[in-house]
Amino acid sequence: MSCARLVARRLDRAHPHPTLPLQGQGFKTLQGMAIVIGIGHYVAVSAIMFVLGVLGIFLNRKNIIIILMAIELILLSVNLNFVAFSAYLHDLVGQIFAMFVLTVAAGEAAIGLAILVIYFRGRGTIAVDDVNRMKG
Amino acid sequence: MIQAIAFYLFAFTMITSGVFTIFARNPVHSVLWLILAFFNAAGLMVLVGAEFIAMLLVIVYVGAVAVLFLFVVMMLDIDFSELRAGFVRNAPLGLVLAVVLLAELVVGILVRSTGDLHIGKAATVTATPVGLSNTAAIGGLLYTRYLFEFETAGMILLVAMIGAIVLTHRQRGDTRGQNISKQVARRPQDATVNLKPEVGKGVTL
Repeated sequence: MSCARLVARRLDRAHPHPTLPLQGQGFKTLQGMAIVIGIGHYVAVSAIMFVLGVLGIFLNRKNIIIILMAIELILLSVNLNFVAFSAYLHDLVGQIFAMFVLTVAAGEAAIGLAILVIYFRGRGTIAVDDVNRMKG
Repeated sequence: MIQAIAFYLFAFTMITSGVFTIFARNPVHSVLWLILAFFNAAGLMVLVGAEFIAMLLVIVYVGAVAVLFLFVVMMLDIDFSELRAGFVRNAPLGLVLAVVLLAELVVGILVRSTGDLHIGKAATVTATPVGLSNTAAIGGLLYTRYLFEFETAGMILLVAMIGAIVLTHRQRGDTRGQNISKQVARRPQDATVNLKPEVGKGVTL
């Protein structure tokens, strides 16, 4: 059972709100009716992707390429969050900002990989453990 | 109902791809799992009606950034066995940190109250006005109200491109290039010369 469903069930039982359309409204109907995908679903998926990106940076400390890929995962989760909120709040600004985040992510990936290439040219390895040596 | 199935399919595949991106042993596999994650995120965005951003993700992120990653991973001759040495040592603390972070995010979602914001119903989930396509609606907003930010994003990309070229460009000693200014400064009267070689003798130019 996903995180969002647990959250929604708890919200339903604790604070039943007939007027405010919270994320748990769709789960009151269990059999026969469709599951309504709320904002909580998207936020949960985005949070899990963010945590996976942070974990990736943490686990692969020596391998700079996997670190860059984990950063791309983090930026992807943020983009998904922006777009989901833009849809559920009926405001297009979220998508416009997601486009700028995409722009910056692409530029950062390009520069990061260029730095990686010249680092590899100089050292012959991409282990960034001993990158505090100033002689390049 | 089909929307729920599609959402759970995309979300599950995206999260699985994220996990395998981090834990794959071969970095080429990592890049391929990352590409799958991008595709599924684009699918999730199409589900909420943001198809312009979804296609932008596919074209720019997958088509340019992930392919660039793939080029670099395949081009550099890296010994990956020594890079995974710290993996098991960092794993327990990393997992604890990840669980704590996820718990904090979940608690943040649980105790939130939307206040004055009205989080819309799923049936009317869309950000674009009725009658316009998503692309037209974004265009109407981007080139009028957010023109400055748009131009700035273009400048950022230009600086990134120049930076990448400046960083990786190097002069090789063994290539013979062309001297453009010398070619352009050539005059017609210097182009040809009439010589009268003697019989049996050579010509020095």
